[in-house]
Amino acid sequence: MSLHDTLRGGAQSIFRRIEEAFDAPFGGTDNPMRHLGALGFYFLWIVTVSGLYLYTVLDTSIEGVHTSIGWLTEDQWYLGGILRSLHRYASDAFILMTMLHLIREWAYGRYHGFRLYSWVTGVPLLWLMFFSGIGGYWIVWDRLAQFSAIASTELLDWLPIFNDPSARNFLTPEAINDRFFTMLVFIHLGVPLMLILGLWAHVHRISRVDHFPARRLALGTLAALLLLALVQPAISDAPADLSVVATGLRLDWFILFLHPLTDATSPAFVWALLSGVTLLLFILPLLPHPKAEPVAVVNAANCNGCARCLADCPYAAVTMEAHPYKPGHKIAIVDADLCAGCGICAGSCPSSTPFRSQETLVTGIDMPQQPVNVLRRELEKKIAGLEGTTRIVVFGCDRGAAVHALAAPDTAVMSLMCTGMLPPAFVEYALRGGADGVLVTGCRTGGCEFRLGDQWTAERLTRRREPHLRANVPAQRLHFVAASVSDGEALATALEEFRTRIETQAADSDRPPPFRRRTLHHD
Amino acid sequence: MIKPSAIIGQVILYGAFAVFIGYFATSPKYHQIPEDVALIKLSISHLGDRECRKRTPEELEKLPRNMRAPLDCPRERSDITLQVDLDGQTVFDTVMHPTGIAKDGVATVYKRFEVKAGEHMLSVRMNDNLAKPGFKFVKEDKVNLKPAQVLVIDFNPDKGGLFFQ
Repeated sequence: MSLHDTLRGGAQSIFRRIEEAFDAPFGGTDNPMRHLGALGFYFLWIVTVSGLYLYTVLDTSIEGVHTSIGWLTEDQWYLGGILRSLHRYASDAFILMTMLHLIREWAYGRYHGFRLYSWVTGVPLLWLMFFSGIGGYWIVWDRLAQFSAIASTELLDWLPIFNDPSARNFLTPEAINDRFFTMLVFIHLGVPLMLILGLWAHVHRISRVDHFPARRLALGTLAALLLLALVQPAISDAPADLSVVATGLRLDWFILFLHPLTDATSPAFVWALLSGVTLLLFILPLLPHPKAEPVAVVNAANCNGCARCLADCPYAAVTMEAHPYKPGHKIAIVDADLCAGCGICAGSCPSSTPFRSQETLVTGIDMPQQPVNVLRRELEKKIAGLEGTTRIVVFGCDRGAAVHALAAPDTAVMSLMCTGMLPPAFVEYALRGGADGVLVTGCRTGGCEFRLGDQWTAERLTRRREPHLRANVPAQRLHFVAASVSDGEALATALEEFRTRIETQAADSDRPPPFRRRTLHHD
Repeated sequence: MIKPSAIIGQVILYGAFAVFIGYFATSPKYHQIPEDVALIKLSISHLGDRECRKRTPEELEKLPRNMRAPLDCPRERSDITLQVDLDGQTVFDTVMHPTGIAKDGVATVYKRFEVKAGEHMLSVRMNDNLAKPGFKFVKEDKVNLKPAQVLVIDFNPDKGGLFFQ
């Protein structure tokens, strides 16, 4: 194992522990660690909305800018002051969430294959983010702005791009004039617009973008920032005075950390660091990584153009086009570059029902590495081999808690690439084929490796999403357990509790009628 | 229904989030220079001199009417030598080169010096034409620097050459 893999594995383990610890108070839907990207978007919206108000009341002249912001902060503290504080703190939170999102995606190995586009388009956004943030501090034109403007231009001047050092613009108080704000408007309005455009490109290739956190999480974080704005409102330093060095600065370390770093090292070091990190992020997908999974394959004869795979694909890899030989019908087309090979589409396909009588079950869209036909054959074989009074079939997920350890004479286990690839009809098929109960387990809520597998599975099994579980499957004979890789013991306990529940509560009368496929023993 | 323990956990974590953001948004305080130190900024942007030759009337006669400039000047500018002494010690000695591929742009320098606040003898010498020996521009003065004060050394031919501000 390479050093990179070791580092990544360690980081992944830390993230997983924190996420699972956060599941206790927040639950999966509201767990901030599982929705860092959505939180980043949310904080950016807060920054945008608060920024629009601040801009409308800003006097964009050298003399007026400090005074107008001061008026907002002190005289109109109840609106302008709070919005200014929200603007600042939400910017810091945006940067924090973005950096955590970046590290988390790296830790989980989400930077190559079908995720390459999102990864690569995300890297330039980091530059735009910091560029916007630094420019924002200049607008106040207080001592902190003065310090940042001088430090930034001194850093820029190390690059051989200007004939005249740009830091000369901040030599003396007379050197600054109102045209300074022409540049600031570009930096602090134009660059964030580019950032938003870049974010659109960043999420362009995934469907059902998690661009807004759950309501409780949104309200909770907003309340935290509002409280912070009231307890510690953002205020300006003394007006900028280029005849003195700005000292004792209340520095925003989230955004302006580069300035002290430059002072402690050198502009050459900082540029080497920035360009090195950027280059590393770009070449990361070129480093050795696991081979891509085979992509989904469409069978034209069995695809009826229902578009459920299009609706369920988490990566927008499926599109619908005119069927080649069924006039008026559509057919699913898989974009191999976008396909994650998760199998969620196979789970969504109505043709994946095991009740079909064909000896070889060919579905509309299937996974070459784990075809639905193989799943059916394996299930039939395992059910036939079950012994004991309470026979249970467990459908698990390769990315979640390991299910193979649960295998026993009275327990058949089937591990899928993602629980989302389980057609709900397989649950009924197992029960009608001889099982007394079916336990389905997948990743914890919000923790699906393929984004939506846990959600679709839960919705299909609770009959809120097509293809849904039929009504003749009794609730007491089906149990869903959200379990991550570290939840092996909890899953084993849940299985035993489920077995006890069936033995004590389930009535023979609620068992769905037996079903034996005609070709069952002819394979 | 959320359990009371989960509510308490959320309140603690949201509070920790606010404290983390609030603290690092303003703290720890940053001091770019020590309290008893002032800053001298040497920043000069100047077009070096060049040796021009006066054209003879015969030469001018041969030129088209619209190109009869009395002086024949090379495009290239001279390097500029610059020396800064502080309290009798040379603290900076450099040769500034003209910018541009044809070496016809301004020569620039930007340098910061941290000095103890108090009285200092500051001397700056500059020669913008190396074809001629010595220093064409000299500025020497006693300066009294307060803590955190910024003193700028600049050059402007309209202000008499080198000046302190």
